[in-house]
Order: sequence, then structure tokens, then C-alpha cells
Amino acid sequence: MSTKVVNAQAGTGEAPVFYLRDEHEHPEGASTMLGFWMYLMSDCLIFAMLFATYAVLSGNYAAGPTPKDIFELPLVAVNTTMLLLSSITYGFAILAMQKGSAKQTQIWMVVTAIFGLCFVGIELSEFAHLIADGATPQRSAFLSSFFTLVATHGLHVSFGLLWMVVLFFQVRKHGLIPANRRRLICLSMFWHFLDVIWIGVFTVVYLMGVLR
Amino acid sequence: MSTDTHAGHGHHDDHAHDDGAAHGTLRSYATGFVLSVILTAIPFWLVMSGALPDKAVTIAVVLAMAAVQIVVHMIYFLHMSPKVEAGWSMLALVFTVMVIVIALSGSIWVMYHLNANMMPMSAEQMRDMP
Repeated sequence: MSTKVVNAQAGTGEAPVFYLRDEHEHPEGASTMLGFWMYLMSDCLIFAMLFATYAVLSGNYAAGPTPKDIFELPLVAVNTTMLLLSSITYGFAILAMQKGSAKQTQIWMVVTAIFGLCFVGIELSEFAHLIADGATPQRSAFLSSFFTLVATHGLHVSFGLLWMVVLFFQVRKHGLIPANRRRLICLSMFWHFLDVIWIGVFTVVYLMGVLR
Repeated sequence: MSTDTHAGHGHHDDHAHDDGAAHGTLRSYATGFVLSVILTAIPFWLVMSGALPDKAVTIAVVLAMAAVQIVVHMIYFLHMSPKVEAGWSMLALVFTVMVIVIALSGSIWVMYHLNANMMPMSAEQMRDMP
């Protein structure tokens, strides 16, 4: 490797090579973004299957509660706002990272985590109310598919929060080193991706559920 | 290829984290946020107030807004463009969207017809199901 670098720098008249003589060097993390994007796409397929299941089963109430009976749109609107706000604040964290300010990045991460926690908290309280009212996942196919879809999204957000806490301490300990920048951008993709999934959830599950 | 990677090597190391994706600006995040708020508020308002008398029209508008908002998020928050990762990200996205469209439309289509061909069942019968 080192000899080739010398050759390239000197620009001597050595015959150019048009094939890879050996494994060329991969800068660390150069393929992480693409790899993480692939993961997100496969995750997208999981959600697509859950959406398909919900779309098929959402009319099977088994004489149980219907979406109109159990969904509270004002609560869903608040929840959507929380997730959207957390999206923009994480965007601010990335902007702070680009400016090279570890302190600001951390502050925005905390703000994002608070909005994320609000989202998970509101969703859990919604589930608790439903279950207390007897609208449990066992009640009907509609409720089974509803809980599976929405809770899978909620679980993703929860793991995103865990990731954010870990990354917060990473940034605090090591600062904005290239590895941490890479992780921050991966988490940014994950977080915004979850917001994209939530668009599907509030549209297909809640709004269309109430419209049926 | 080989000469290219070696010549551009130093540059590559410095910007290793910048090559993967563009990270956007305050302006792009703000634009995305404002558009998202509008595209979220309108469907919620339409459904909660029942402003449109026709349900089918409301559903169509709500779905269209969601589709537009997904594109807005992709562009302004996920910084998706055909240039990211030399087009591989976009290729993966297009493939995923294709699979999703086939799976979703296929499931709904097939299962709708399956349901339509089933014998009707009363609520009492359903309650007695195992």
C-alpha cells in the first residue's frame, strides 16, 4: 500500500494499472451509511407486511369495538406533533454537529429524547386505556393487527431512545469524533425513518379508521 | 479505477463522513418541518371536522396528503436524492417501494375477494366462534 501511495504522489512514469492488484483500502465507515440504509429498507418491508395485515383484518371486529369507538383523534394529533417536533429537533442536533459544537448537539439530543419519551408515554397510556376498556389484542383480529402494527413502531421508537441515550454519553466522553458523527447520522436516518412510518400509521390506522 | 482511488485517497479520508449523505441546512429542515405541519394539520382537520361531505373524497385527500408528506420527509429530513451513494440508496428505495406496492395491493386485492366470497356471519355467530 505505502509504495503505491508514494508512486501516486511522485507521479513517476510507472505504467498505470487498470485492475486491482490487491484489496484496496476502505476508509473506516465509508459503507456504513449505505449499509444502514439497506437495514432501513428491510425494516420498511416489515412495516409494509404489518400494514398489509392491518389493511386485510381492520374490518374484522368480531362484534367488538370499532375504530370509531376507541380512537381519540386529539390524542393522536398530540402524539403526531411530538414525533414531528422530535424530528426537527434532531435535525438541529445534526446541524450543531456540522458546526462542530458537541455541547449544542447534546442539548438538542436531550430535547429530542424528551419529545420521543412524550410520544412513547402517550402511546403507552393510550394502550393502557384500551386494555382497561376491554379492547385487548385478543379481542378481535382488528385489535390484534392494530396492536402489532402500532406497538412495533413504538418499540422502534423506544430502541431509538435507548440508542440516543447511549450516543449522548458517547459524545460526552469522546466528542464529535468521526465514529460518533457517523453514529449520529445513522440515528438521524433511523429517527426520520420512524417519522415516515408514523405518517402511514396515523393516516391508515387512525384517520381512515375513524372514517370507515 | 485503481489510479483514481489512489489519487483521491487523501481527500477521501478527510471527508469520509461527508460522502455518504448530504446533511441538509437549517433552511431545508425548516422547509420540511413547515410542509409537514401543513400536510399533517389538513388531514386531521378534514377528518375531525368532517368538512368534506363525501367520505370517499376525504379518504382520497388524506391518502394523497400522506403520500406527499412521505416524499417531503424523504427529501428534507432523509436527504434522499439520486446522487446519494452514487445512486445505490435510491435504487434500494425504488426496489423497496416496488416490493411494498406489490405486496400491499396484492394482499388487499386477494383478501378482499376472499372476504367477499365468504358466507355472511352474524354478530352472534361471531361471538360463539372458537
